[in-house]
Amino acid sequence: MTTTLDLATTELREVNTTLQAAAKGKANEDFELTNPRGAHAVAVGLDGPISVTINGSTGYYCAGMNKEATITVKGSTGPGVAENMMSGVVTIEGDASQYAGATGHGGLLNIKGNASSRCGISMKGIDIVVHGNIGHMCAFMAQKGNLVVLGDAGDALGDSLYEARLFVRGSVKSLGADCVEKELRPEHIEILKDLLEKAGADAKPEEFKRYGSSRKLYNFNIDHAGEY
Amino acid sequence: MCGIVGLFLKKDELRPQLGDMLTDMLITMTERGPDSAGIAIYGDETDGMVKITVQSDTPAEAFADLDAAVCAVVDAPVTIKVVDTHAVLTLPEAKAKEAIAVLEDKGLRIMGSGASMEIYKEVGLPKDVAARFGLRAMGGSHGIGHTRMATESAVTTMGAHPFSTADDQCLVHNGSLSNHNQMRRTLAKKGVFTRSENDTEVGAAYISSRIADGATLGEALEGTIEDLDGFFTFVTGTKNGFGVVRDPIACKPAIMAETEDYVAFASEYRAFADLPGIDNARVWEPEPATVYFWER
Repeated sequence: MTTTLDLATTELREVNTTLQAAAKGKANEDFELTNPRGAHAVAVGLDGPISVTINGSTGYYCAGMNKEATITVKGSTGPGVAENMMSGVVTIEGDASQYAGATGHGGLLNIKGNASSRCGISMKGIDIVVHGNIGHMCAFMAQKGNLVVLGDAGDALGDSLYEARLFVRGSVKSLGADCVEKELRPEHIEILKDLLEKAGADAKPEEFKRYGSSRKLYNFNIDHAGEY
Repeated sequence: MCGIVGLFLKKDELRPQLGDMLTDMLITMTERGPDSAGIAIYGDETDGMVKITVQSDTPAEAFADLDAAVCAVVDAPVTIKVVDTHAVLTLPEAKAKEAIAVLEDKGLRIMGSGASMEIYKEVGLPKDVAARFGLRAMGGSHGIGHTRMATESAVTTMGAHPFSTADDQCLVHNGSLSNHNQMRRTLAKKGVFTRSENDTEVGAAYISSRIADGATLGEALEGTIEDLDGFFTFVTGTKNGFGVVRDPIACKPAIMAETEDYVAFASEYRAFADLPGIDNARVWEPEPATVYFWER
């Protein structure tokens, strides 16, 4: 059964409280939200296996701190979508604004359109698949997880990167400090195959290039002072 | 933080609705800037005539017989439209300079001038500012608006946006400029002066001076990326056009929408929620360090 909550007639706080309670109760319920009209912080802090479909575009911080819930936005999202996600799946059918998936620890963020700047900044284990292009400074200081981009990447990809893996099918405008292209080995093909399938992306793993950290900025080295 | 909105109509049939559409967009951006609000609207024009928008904190005394007083000095017909703390004086274009000198002598604040542009801005919540000026009823071809949360200068009428530094040109800004004092001095050496301590006014003056030097709107906006330091999302209006540019870091939000009827700009999508046909509009985030402009 699907419960419909209308944001035009129900306060955002009440909508979020209802969703959070259902998630905590592990109810496996389905919810549909109508008339989001770009509202901020829609469907945040869900800690349990429920499914939420948002019919329209949202503003800042949609689906933040998600755990186990499956959230689909049938529109575009503002800055900070799925920030600090722990697990679950967040799907954006349109575009995502800046810092999508920032600091995410786990789960899958699936962006069907483009993501703008700083996507995956400081990611800590989340998997992010972007079907379109990404903007500048994506995966800045990314520590763990996978960022898969079917389109092109903007400037300074993976600047000051730690151990996250970056896969880009299109062009990369420029690589950030300490980010280098690396060999695409069989284990990476497997990771890509799995993520592309989960994201419903029409692309072959072999078409991607892998980028990662050259690990020169881990410890301060006077010879690299110019790189910091 | 600040909120910016802009609307450029492609069809004349929508002109009577411009104020109504822009007012909803402006009020939606209240949380981004509750301390002051302003709007520049490009409305009707008469050949050979200029409109000068002035502001006074004591409008009853300041605007009484102001048209006659200006008329006596410039020796030309002058009409006046009083709107709350603002008044729009219409007079022959050739007399504009003389008239502005008279108005400044009388202690009035010049908001802007031009063939079609009128500027209304005040301290207060956007909904109250909009109601005071009757923004909803205003028609026009395009307009830009701003809701302010002050960072770089005091919360005053003169610190509110839009800023106009040349005829029919105006600018609204979300962000803060860090080289505005240097640029203010550079512009002053060229004879371009600003009226306030505000950083955005320097940005506006920079764009106006580039246009005065022969640059197109697009070229002037390109120049901001090289010559202005700091954070900015700018929306600018000219008599025939409407332009957008973001700094290369682009941390200030921006979103645009285009249909067959209009091009709209806002800091956030929610400002678009009531626009006609928004569900089928092309909606996108403008790229950093990229100039967008439309001209009729």
